[in-house]
Amino acid sequence: MSSLRENSLYELTATRFRLFLREPEALFWVFIFPILLAVGLGIAFRNRPADVLRVGGTTPDLVQAMSASNGLNPILIDEAAGTHELAIGRIVLLAVRRPDGVAYKYDETNPDARNARLLADQAVQRAAGQTEAVRSSNDLVHEKGARYIDFVVPGLLGMNLMGSAIWGLGFSIVEARQKKLLKRFVASPMPRWQYLASFLLSRLLMLVIEVCVFLGFARAVFGVPFRGSLWELGFLCVLTSLSFSALGLLIASRAKTMEAASGLMNLVMLPMWILSGVFFSATRFPAVIQPLVHALPLTAAIDALRANMLEGIVLSHLVGPVAVLFAWLVVPFMVSLRIFRWR
Amino acid sequence: MALSVENPVPESLAASTNTAAGPALSIKGLRKTFADVIAVDGIDLEIMRGECFALLGPNGAGKTTTIEICEGLTAPDAGSVSLLGLNWHYAARDLRQRIGVQLQETQFPEKLTVEETLRLFRSFYRRGTTVEDVIGLAQLEEKRRSRVGTLSGGQKQRLAMACALVGDPELLFLDEPTTGLDPQARRHLWDLVDHLRNAGRTIILTTHYMDEAERLCDRVAIMDHGRIIALGTPQQLIASVGGDHIVEFAVTTHDGDSNPLDGAMLTAIPGIQSHRVDAGLHQLSVGELHTTVPRIFSALADLGLKPSEFRTHSATLEDVFVRLTGRNLRDE
Repeated sequence: MSSLRENSLYELTATRFRLFLREPEALFWVFIFPILLAVGLGIAFRNRPADVLRVGGTTPDLVQAMSASNGLNPILIDEAAGTHELAIGRIVLLAVRRPDGVAYKYDETNPDARNARLLADQAVQRAAGQTEAVRSSNDLVHEKGARYIDFVVPGLLGMNLMGSAIWGLGFSIVEARQKKLLKRFVASPMPRWQYLASFLLSRLLMLVIEVCVFLGFARAVFGVPFRGSLWELGFLCVLTSLSFSALGLLIASRAKTMEAASGLMNLVMLPMWILSGVFFSATRFPAVIQPLVHALPLTAAIDALRANMLEGIVLSHLVGPVAVLFAWLVVPFMVSLRIFRWR
Repeated sequence: MALSVENPVPESLAASTNTAAGPALSIKGLRKTFADVIAVDGIDLEIMRGECFALLGPNGAGKTTTIEICEGLTAPDAGSVSLLGLNWHYAARDLRQRIGVQLQETQFPEKLTVEETLRLFRSFYRRGTTVEDVIGLAQLEEKRRSRVGTLSGGQKQRLAMACALVGDPELLFLDEPTTGLDPQARRHLWDLVDHLRNAGRTIILTTHYMDEAERLCDRVAIMDHGRIIALGTPQQLIASVGGDHIVEFAVTTHDGDSNPLDGAMLTAIPGIQSHRVDAGLHQLSVGELHTTVPRIFSALADLGLKPSEFRTHSATLEDVFVRLTGRNLRDE
């Protein structure tokens, strides 16, 4: 055991690394896919100039009045045709001249239509001679950290940490069991804890690359802010990865075939993809299921990552999510050590 | 998975102080049942150091269960196992370092190279051979940098053997080492086992090829339905059939009808030890061909019978199995 090369923990970890690097698909899912996803979402939700809303007016003077607003693009159209255009969504609002004034037709559950209603009425009133009681002016800001991409990057980071840990551990272990390699290892003097530890070690090493590549990209291309301590962010990433590794170990502890493992993994991860606020805030779900949502490790991870990156909240104020992650680390790990099937 | 052997026998504890002598493997009263299948039904066995020993039997005879209990991978329901004077219950760590195991159907990671695989296994052992030496021993020099996925069946099997040898084991277990290999790869592997045997290593292997057991091993235990039904050197076992040679023939009458020939009439001929009929073929075990065969011909001629498909071969372990069970080994 004198040199590192003869050390079994080193050899096991190096083996994990080699096998990972020789699997092109795995490399894609871990390193390339999250970046592609971030690029796609960044493009889809980029901050465009405020939308110009298409509206209709039944008389030329209404169209004239509304065209004074730079948020509206009015067309002249009669009421019947305009109602049809409204129904199929080509315009969001129809201003109808009535003997006693103006009627607005629009869908009040559509935010664009509500905006159009405000802008149109303001323009019509102003054209009729209304003046502002209080002078107002606009001072536009585009604050980094408040954009959708800023919101989604911590979400994608959490999701990626979950996926690479659960897939990385789960598939490798179940494959080794299916191919009777686990049994062969048990027949050798290999210390069993080292086999499991080699997964965690290689995961942690991979994590450094994975997180740096992804966050570096988000920073360089989108200017995503890092308002909290980077050390604490690193700690949160490690904790998240370990929790999901424990969960992956639990999933892999009994499954005998890849199919069974794959089903279990989807069963575990799918609810979290939906409920844990990767792409939109988890607070949108009904209050009754909020306790469940917040008990999920991915929710805890993403909440903590967002708090650190976007709000700069220090670790000591993130006791809740950190405790949830710790619980998800300790309990599955203890259970899987007890029930792990070595053959 | 429990690795312990239940009801450890006190003698094996006492023996652990004296590991240099005594049997390499000692099994007493071994039993194992899976669900409602009795896999091992009371086995006693002692294997000496330096011996090359085969468990021979058809598939499902309990060979693999027996060897895996010996390897400490399966816990027996009853009975005791002692390896090198040690017991799995007390000395599992020590034993793991001192035995080498080759299992059926291990698939090593396809994307590791031969050398990387061996280096990984070497790292588990406190002492052993160098990776270079074991690659040379298994004749995998040309493949050392090839990925496991690109190896042929025989090369994969030699790699499995190399992984078992890398800790320089005192006791080597090989479970069906040549199953599924083509004849050339089998002979190649036999040469390797021969080499190990000549180097004085204790080898315990399972096989359902009688020629393999006969060619490689000092002693053979024939297993069937979880029991050992015969034990001895290949020569002893073959001699137990009662003759060195087997005579096989079918008979027809001169009219062309097939004729039920009386077995008692045949065994009455001097020099014939036993008789049995298998699918219309008469099988006789015979001591001396040159005196007995003419007597058979004249006896048949006296009865007006014409022998067809007449042939002889030296008795093999196959004939021993047939004699003991009434079934052919390879039928299973």
